Amino acid sequence: MAAGITNLNDSTFDETIGSSSEPVLVDFWAEWCGPCKMIAPILEEIAGEQDGLQIAKVNVDDSPDIARRFEVMSIPTLIVFQDGEPAKRLVGAKPKGALLEEIGEFL
Amino acid sequence: MTDVRDVIIIGSGPAGLTAAIYTARANLAPLVIEGEPSSTSDQPGGQLMLTTDVENYPGFPDGIMGPELMQNFRSQAARFGAEFLTAKVTKVDFSARPFGMWVGDEEYRSNTVIISTGAQSLMLGLPNEERLIGHGVSTCATCDGFFFREQEIAVIGGGDSAIEEATFLTRFASKVIIIHRRDELRASKIMQDRAFANDTIEFMWNSQVTAMNGETKLESITVQDTETGEERDVPLSGLFIAIGHRPNTDLFAGHLELKDNGYLVTEPDSSRTAIDGVFACGDVQDDYYRQAITAAGSGCMAAIDAERWLEETGH
Repeated sequence: MAAGITNLNDSTFDETIGSSSEPVLVDFWAEWCGPCKMIAPILEEIAGEQDGLQIAKVNVDDSPDIARRFEVMSIPTLIVFQDGEPAKRLVGAKPKGALLEEIGEFL
Repeated sequence: MTDVRDVIIIGSGPAGLTAAIYTARANLAPLVIEGEPSSTSDQPGGQLMLTTDVENYPGFPDGIMGPELMQNFRSQAARFGAEFLTAKVTKVDFSARPFGMWVGDEEYRSNTVIISTGAQSLMLGLPNEERLIGHGVSTCATCDGFFFREQEIAVIGGGDSAIEEATFLTRFASKVIIIHRRDELRASKIMQDRAFANDTIEFMWNSQVTAMNGETKLESITVQDTETGEERDVPLSGLFIAIGHRPNTDLFAGHLELKDNGYLVTEPDSSRTAIDGVFACGDVQDDYYRQAITAAGSGCMAAIDAERWLEETGH
């Protein structure tokens, strides 16, 4: 059940992604990234509206290893994890409609 | 279809938001159709959303972050009653008044229109470029610089944006190569001096990039010497394109007069276009100054032009 957005870091990431029965959309972001801030409220909205999807955030300054592991080279990068594995990757800020379309198969 | 408004502003950079502040304070209840989130400088807030420190906007002795400055502009406009629609205008019809603007199937009509759609980053137009964006090729140093820690990267360009990006990137990269097709920069002197004094920055003069190479991510670029024609491959993991901007005027082709370079034509010292009641401000009609402060100034002019026009025509 998706309620709010969880913040993940090096110690909580694998546990959370591995143990989730629902798809998890992970938002790789940073404080100094304008487009990341642009999509933050959109993700909050989606988190509130979509029951079958969990949304989590990874701050790349705090957790560079996770970013490197998934070859994140540009932010914002959104990766949908299903059954613990990356299933879809979106790079760059997008409007809500386009975002929902892209992750439609996971909703 | 919605009610006819007095003012609709298309675009929400410094020009559009200044126009919003002034028209809101004139009790004209402006609607700002601010654009859609994106990472390419064609989005709410405009080009400053992709920068970090803005040091040359007057009033900020210690500088201010681009996104923060634009949030301030927006909040100020909202405070006085400007309304916002986070969407992109897809079609316009200026053939009769009230003017029509569409967001998909939704039509909006207004007695005046202030166009402030700004500009977006120019790309090189090389094969592989689109494919490699986000995979080593970037137009946003603040979004992507972080990922090139301890790596050798390059910035293409010779103006203030290119130097600013390169200087910012030296925080992360082990080497930043500025690739420029001529043998001197057109950036402001202070920016040039900073770049020349920075040991992490190297220059490749009289050079242009003719190819971007790599399968799943950028691996190298091919650089050609503009004087000798010689080509060579330079291994790189990151390439930032900062060669300038093109005005966002595709929407207005066939409706308004455009210069050869795509910029909107306005009357000298005015925001008036050839269509009575349609005004333009900011980078969309400025190919010469293109600063946030000149855009804001022209946004104020557009608001005053629109307000006076509405009075004179009995609205």
